[in-house]
Amino acid sequence: MEWSEWALSLAVFLPGVGALIVMLIPRAEEQLIKTVALVTTLATFGVVVGILADFDYDRSGELQFELNNRWIDVINSRYHVAIDGISLPLLALSAFVTLLCVIYSWNHFPEPHNPKAFLALMLVLEVGMNGTFVAQDLILFFIFFEVVLLPMFFMIGVWGGPNREYASIKFFLFTLFGSAMMLLGFLALYFKVDVPGGNTFDMVALSEAAGAGLTRGTANLIFAGLFLGFAIKVPMFPFHTWLPDAHTEAPTVGSVLLAAILLKLGTYGFVRIALPMLPDAAEDWAPWIGLLAVIGIVYGALGCLAQSDMKRLIAFSSVAHMGFVMLGIATLTDFGINAAIFGMVAHGLITGMLFFLAGSVQHNFHTRELSRLGGLLVQAPKMGWILGFCAMASLGLPGLAGFWGEFPAILSAFSPAEGLPVETFRTYMVVAAIGTVLAAGYLLWMLQKVAFGTPKPEFEHAHVHDVNAYEWTAWLPMLVLILVLGIFPNLLFGVTDDAVTQIANVFGG
Amino acid sequence: MWFLENAWLVPLVPAVSFAVILLVGKRLPKQGSEVGVAAVGASFVLACGAALQWIQRVADAEGADAEGGHALARVIGALGRSVGRLGAEEAHGAVVEPVTRHTTWFQNGGVELGVGIQIDGLAVMMMFVVTLISLLVHVYSTEYMRGDRRFTHYYAALSLFTASMLTLVVADNTLQLLVGWELVGLCSFMLIGHWWEEKPNSDAALKAFLTTRTGDIGLLTGVIMTYFVVERATGEGSFSILAVNEAATSGEVGHTLLFWTAAALLLGIIGKSGQFPLHTWLPDAMAGPTPVSALIHAATMVVAGVYLGARVYPVFWEGFSIDDGGVNLMAAVGGITVIIGAALAFVQDDVKKVLAYSTISQLGYMVMGLGVGAWTAAVFHLFTHAFFKANLFLGAGSVSHSGSHHSFDMKKDMGGLRTVMPTTYRTFLIGTLALAGIFPLAGFWSKDEILLGAGENGYELFLVVGLVGAFMTAAYMTRCVYYVFFGEYRGGDHAHADPSHAAGDEVVEHHLAEAQDRHEDDRLPVATAHAHDDGHHGAPHESPGLITVPLVVLSVFSVFAGFLNATAFDIEKFQEWVEPTVAFVPVEHHAFDWTKAVISVAIALLGIGASYAYYWLGLGPQRLAERNAVARAGKRFLVEKYYLDHLYTDVVVGFVKAPLARAAYWFNQHVIDNVLNYTGRGARALGRVTYDYVDQKGVDGVVNGIGLTTGEAGGAVRTIQTGRLQFYAFLLVAAVVVFAALLWVAG
Repeated sequence: MEWSEWALSLAVFLPGVGALIVMLIPRAEEQLIKTVALVTTLATFGVVVGILADFDYDRSGELQFELNNRWIDVINSRYHVAIDGISLPLLALSAFVTLLCVIYSWNHFPEPHNPKAFLALMLVLEVGMNGTFVAQDLILFFIFFEVVLLPMFFMIGVWGGPNREYASIKFFLFTLFGSAMMLLGFLALYFKVDVPGGNTFDMVALSEAAGAGLTRGTANLIFAGLFLGFAIKVPMFPFHTWLPDAHTEAPTVGSVLLAAILLKLGTYGFVRIALPMLPDAAEDWAPWIGLLAVIGIVYGALGCLAQSDMKRLIAFSSVAHMGFVMLGIATLTDFGINAAIFGMVAHGLITGMLFFLAGSVQHNFHTRELSRLGGLLVQAPKMGWILGFCAMASLGLPGLAGFWGEFPAILSAFSPAEGLPVETFRTYMVVAAIGTVLAAGYLLWMLQKVAFGTPKPEFEHAHVHDVNAYEWTAWLPMLVLILVLGIFPNLLFGVTDDAVTQIANVFGG
Repeated sequence: MWFLENAWLVPLVPAVSFAVILLVGKRLPKQGSEVGVAAVGASFVLACGAALQWIQRVADAEGADAEGGHALARVIGALGRSVGRLGAEEAHGAVVEPVTRHTTWFQNGGVELGVGIQIDGLAVMMMFVVTLISLLVHVYSTEYMRGDRRFTHYYAALSLFTASMLTLVVADNTLQLLVGWELVGLCSFMLIGHWWEEKPNSDAALKAFLTTRTGDIGLLTGVIMTYFVVERATGEGSFSILAVNEAATSGEVGHTLLFWTAAALLLGIIGKSGQFPLHTWLPDAMAGPTPVSALIHAATMVVAGVYLGARVYPVFWEGFSIDDGGVNLMAAVGGITVIIGAALAFVQDDVKKVLAYSTISQLGYMVMGLGVGAWTAAVFHLFTHAFFKANLFLGAGSVSHSGSHHSFDMKKDMGGLRTVMPTTYRTFLIGTLALAGIFPLAGFWSKDEILLGAGENGYELFLVVGLVGAFMTAAYMTRCVYYVFFGEYRGGDHAHADPSHAAGDEVVEHHLAEAQDRHEDDRLPVATAHAHDDGHHGAPHESPGLITVPLVVLSVFSVFAGFLNATAFDIEKFQEWVEPTVAFVPVEHHAFDWTKAVISVAIALLGIGASYAYYWLGLGPQRLAERNAVARAGKRFLVEKYYLDHLYTDVVVGFVKAPLARAAYWFNQHVIDNVLNYTGRGARALGRVTYDYVDQKGVDGVVNGIGLTTGEAGGAVRTIQTGRLQFYAFLLVAAVVVFAALLWVAG
């Protein structure tokens, strides 16, 4: 077989092999376990870099690295993997962030320690995440989508904070509920859509069929199922309540992966599945999705302002940021969807970094209470400046990555796809613009509480580590990317544009 | 043409300097300041080169025009405009095309968005002002900030600011302008909060950022709408400033869209340029180091809003129908700001705050000038104001540095400094007279033209506003000069007032107390303060050359800058060089009016005279506020800054942060989450009932005994786990059933 055929499968299953090896190593051999995990994620990232290098950017609108094999004949499900310009950045992000998480974990294992289980779970998680972004068959997609769930459940449930049991079960059940609805939607697509050549789970064929043979009502109903599945994952208001709990209780690395990659599975699902397969229903649903998105923007920001825990604040900020992403998607324009994908990557990097920082703050001070923190810039100036940098990136400062997710999304709301209510979306535009002020409000407030001022008396003589070598190794690539993408947004827009345009063409936008 | 075509170097040089200072600044002999000074010096040279070449370009075009040989340029220029504008354009003389360069930044959805430069007279003028004042501030700061705890950071931020401001200035499209706009806001945040250890400083920084960001709601939506303004006119959207202006003047864009675009952009201007009602952040911004106040919060960043207004003026012209006279939103905002800013300057004890409110008031003049159709006058005022206000701020810094032990309190720590600080005194006085609009200093010419424009363009009301403002300006600045330089020296008195304290301790305590009070002390509170202050305590003295030379340079500009457009002597160079000739609106120019000029100078002199009589001679109702209830209430209203801070901080922010955010969070925890939790509990109960009665007693009734035993044994452990899992199973099944049924019905 050609490299271009097995490259994606390698990127997906290599971490699985690593997980198996880790499980075979005795628990006491911690150093070996860590090394294996590091080598595995490094190799996976290497494969992804190879894919990045080999990807034909002039044809980024077409599927590449395609492999389409027989798999489960009885339900016409095939092992079909491929990527285009939309999947590529997300696959790269996933491999990239997982690698950095392994590096960060090196000496940051949360209680009850046990690196063997922790790293094995992380590797399994990577299988699910990478797989979801390359799957081109609904059953395959669903399986990868679900594979993600269990490792995260255990990560939160075993290595989490004091309230981990509640948080992990809530996370698990909530998302599983959505998944069930999504699966029903998939089944309905299989049985109801007229595809030349018979019923199929093939995502390419279903996208081409674009819901042929469905009445508007059925299409809307199927969309509802998909919507629930994806919206819970995003999460959109009012399905977001699992998120703050999961984030607050999850170990640092769990939070980073959750924010950076897992949330993107939902938005990716909208772009890859819901919109192209059910374009008519998407038009009916778009104003409502937009409404929930802007509610999420404002509501998430207000939630942030009510927090006293740094990590929970960052968790709520995800609700607001994903609101911008969903607003971009809801406009059904190429401009908006491009912004959404940029927003996904940017949010992954920036919020991932913020969670890393929250983890290190907790590591140093054993608390995340904003009222007890202060003067980080005095005790750990480098960490303080990085926090300032990330806060600025998160509030959408131009020149950093966050801006290019926000601004074009707001712009696209001025002129949504044909057939959508223009006045409504312009109202959304203004609300979203107000949301940027609130975002500045809670982020700077947090920055002031944590970094400015002088240390509180209880921590005056605390032994505080500034950024150490492991942290630098894990963080520097993310910080550089935040800056580079901010200055050269075309690095990402250039990749996604063709693929997005194809999707948006269906809507005449 | 080299300088014009390569004007992108002007922002690039300080940007590189920022990176260099950040990376290696601390290891350099002068801790990075030498890099900053050299870079901005290079930028200044480049800007001067560009200015000279632009002047040459204008002269060439006029020469060619006179010979009639440059008909092509004329045709090209006219293409962008409607035929109806041709008359106005002839009045302007030759058409001078801006120099533009453009490269793709990114492509999104088939739309190409770029970065580029649009160098015309306005941009060249602004580059000159920004680089000159930045250079002087860089030099001044080497002395003023010597020994500061974050000296290198300070210079890095100055470089970043200069680069961002110049990015904004040269921008050829509104999106790039927005990028520069936000970045200068970041630098302002960093520099206001430079001494972030003290909470008032970081509070001020937050306030500045959030208030301007509130205005940026308008900027963001406004910039977005400029894109669609062009789309309406040409079918293809664009952020290009030239395209926006052409579209606005083309007559093909609906008035409603133009109005809302102008209104949104005006909100951005209100936030950035300290206009009523979002001006409240600017006085607080004085918490930053004084050179920063001079550069960012007087001469350059705060005029970014005015610059934006001047840059896309056709949008405002059409959107607000400025040609019609009477009243419009822009003129009204500017006019109100002129008066409310000036009034507040009277009740300040802090010399920097007097200057801050004065800046607000003067920015009001500029916005009002744009609003009444006096484009050239407004931009000219931006130009002259930059010099004399930077002059005044740096003068105030000099006083605090060498005359008042780092205090800015005019009433407590200054007085009588004219003899010991002669250079500072003279330059400050020149700045004051220029600001007051005394003939023939810089402020006279520009302010007079704004007033003239207001009167002639049908905005008589704003002529009156401007004259009242001129009176107030002259009066409060005279008061300021009195407190700082005349009377008895009051500084250091309190150090000896109580003989029971050792003088040395008192000084230290005094310093600590001052450090708590944000703007009194530009220095750090404890250790370094001693080290630094050693050389300066004792009698007030003149500041060293690094401080006085910039003052002298600025005061020379404060005297002579106005002659660039001294219409009384038929000099109209500023207008000739700066006013756009492409894609512009027919603004009117009026002949110099000696009568009006005499009146306005007389009014300014009256203001000076009134203050002189009150403060020097002790005439008039002294201490009126202590005797008269109405006066007391009035003063209180001013001291409380019209209660706007209370409104914003306590009412608006307080409401959002406490009741609203808490309510949202309560809703989250108790409503949304409880729906979920109760669903869970209900399902669990249902599951238990099913399990206990249907499954165990019914189906599995035969092995009842065994089931009960195990159930009880594992009960405690399993309550949650099994319950939840049952709930999950139940939910899954129920969902599948309901959904399948729906599909069945629908399909």
